[in-house]
Amino acid sequence: MSTTSLMSYEDALETYDPVMGLEVHVELGTATKMFCGCSTEFGAEPNSQVCPTCLGMPGALPVVNAVAVESAIRIGLALNCNIAEWCRFARKNYFYPDMPKNFQTSQYDEPIAFEGYLDVQVEGKTWRVEIERAHMEEDTGKSLHMGGATGRIHGADYSLLDYNRCGIPLIEIVTKPIEGAGELAPLVAKAYVAELRELIRALGVSEARMELGQMRCDANLSLRPKGREKFGTRSETKNVNSLRSVERAIRFEIQRHATVLTDGGTIVQETRHFHEDDGSTTAGRIKEEAEDYRYFPEPDLVPVAPSREWVEELRATLPELPSLRRARLQAEWGVNDFEMQSMVNAGVLDVILATIDAGAHADAARKWWLGELSRRANERGVEVATLPITAAQVARVAALVESGELNDKLARQVIDGVLAGEGEPDAVVEARGLKVVSDDSALGAAVDEAIAANAGIADKIRGGKVQAVGALVGAVMKTTRGQADAARVRELILERLGVS
Amino acid sequence: MPGITREEVAHLARLSRLELGAEELDHLAAQLDDIIGAVARVAEVAADDIPPTSHPLPLTNVMRPDVIRPGLSPEEALSGAPAAEEQRFRVPRILGEE
Repeated sequence: MSTTSLMSYEDALETYDPVMGLEVHVELGTATKMFCGCSTEFGAEPNSQVCPTCLGMPGALPVVNAVAVESAIRIGLALNCNIAEWCRFARKNYFYPDMPKNFQTSQYDEPIAFEGYLDVQVEGKTWRVEIERAHMEEDTGKSLHMGGATGRIHGADYSLLDYNRCGIPLIEIVTKPIEGAGELAPLVAKAYVAELRELIRALGVSEARMELGQMRCDANLSLRPKGREKFGTRSETKNVNSLRSVERAIRFEIQRHATVLTDGGTIVQETRHFHEDDGSTTAGRIKEEAEDYRYFPEPDLVPVAPSREWVEELRATLPELPSLRRARLQAEWGVNDFEMQSMVNAGVLDVILATIDAGAHADAARKWWLGELSRRANERGVEVATLPITAAQVARVAALVESGELNDKLARQVIDGVLAGEGEPDAVVEARGLKVVSDDSALGAAVDEAIAANAGIADKIRGGKVQAVGALVGAVMKTTRGQADAARVRELILERLGVS
Repeated sequence: MPGITREEVAHLARLSRLELGAEELDHLAAQLDDIIGAVARVAEVAADDIPPTSHPLPLTNVMRPDVIRPGLSPEEALSGAPAAEEQRFRVPRILGEE
């Protein structure tokens, strides 16, 4: 079904009430895998970070990574969940080459964390998303589908498997059905995933970079006619890997379901694939029933029974939650909702704080990161925080502007230099000769020249039209290639014209 | 006594990606029936005062520190693979999926 033959979003919402369920997988940033000591380093040679355990060799025995359990508990606590006093791992049996054991070690009816919530902001209103559970499991290997036309499974002749990722700890966080969001449903879904990502980062348990697959969202959606209690049949759109895609996938599925239902058709319970290019989804496999996975308790692992003392110790390590931190910073900085949201969206709160710590004024730190540096990041198509400039370097540029040694225009050139790898700001100033010239003798000649070349304007100023001085300042700035101290130039011109 | 039907065996075979002939289905259905019967006998003696047990050892919280341990080299990992290519395991294409 293409996007053009769909019922409009507004019409769909006239008749139907959407219900969502979001499953988010987070790859933990542990040094080793969930059940063996293999490295989790990204980007290694294929099959260079494997051992008998993660390859599912007969007789190999798994042992749980203590830091992964600790991370799972901290995530659970941050999501206001209960932490199980006793829980087990379970085998989820399925036959697919990305899982060489022929089962995924997961948790079934005894998740480590359950019954929590996460509050998110949508259009200035707080939405409480109820969390059903957060459980521990392991990632799968990576398949390359060879032959065929496009590298997708369709038409592939064979597949190549790299098991470096197989066994990396995952935490799966599952919401309860999200009801009543109506037309805001896609925005609630997006805000939830965004808030969860902030939370995971604040906890320091994962970088949660969606573009690297460190955080992946499966979006379940069903529609029911307005006023009906019973849920409709749901579809599950797998691996939606950006915030924008989460919003688009939910929106598309609302329209698709409504179109099918209105035509008198039925929705099949199935997984669907999201396509970034046009925002559509297409059918995947028919979903296996839970009983087809033949879950049973993992006999090779003993139960996890976190003591209440340990849980409380971990609770004490929780950082200030992102929502509270945002509220505090917004009050401290005295900025409006829009500006605050811009900083959150650009992901610059941490670098701004680091820049303030390095000595910059809050206003200056915000201005550089949200303005010039965000612009540079957009041009390069990267996240601001990954630009090759440090908070300390930005603080130094701000200090040079503060002391009058640089003006904004020159400061931007210094930033150019730092980003181009020319070294520290002071070295760039030196090498490119970028200091502001405020020395009267050096400026005098340029001022005289500007007055001589613009006699008409000079007369107007003498005659009292002081605002015309801007044109002369501009002329001086031009001849000094922007390096003059504009304030001092203005003073000098007015002095010479006898109107100061 | 829970019996297992031929259809259930065929379903399990499909989940396990095994292609079984008619004779094999009959043969395995009978065998699985015997196995399930034997397990059911254990269930009969389990009284209400015996909690379900998934593990015979009275242990919890066996964990390892998050420290890297050397595993296999790619050559070792692939040494038992029937087919390999580009330092990866090569497997037949997956039918009837996605």
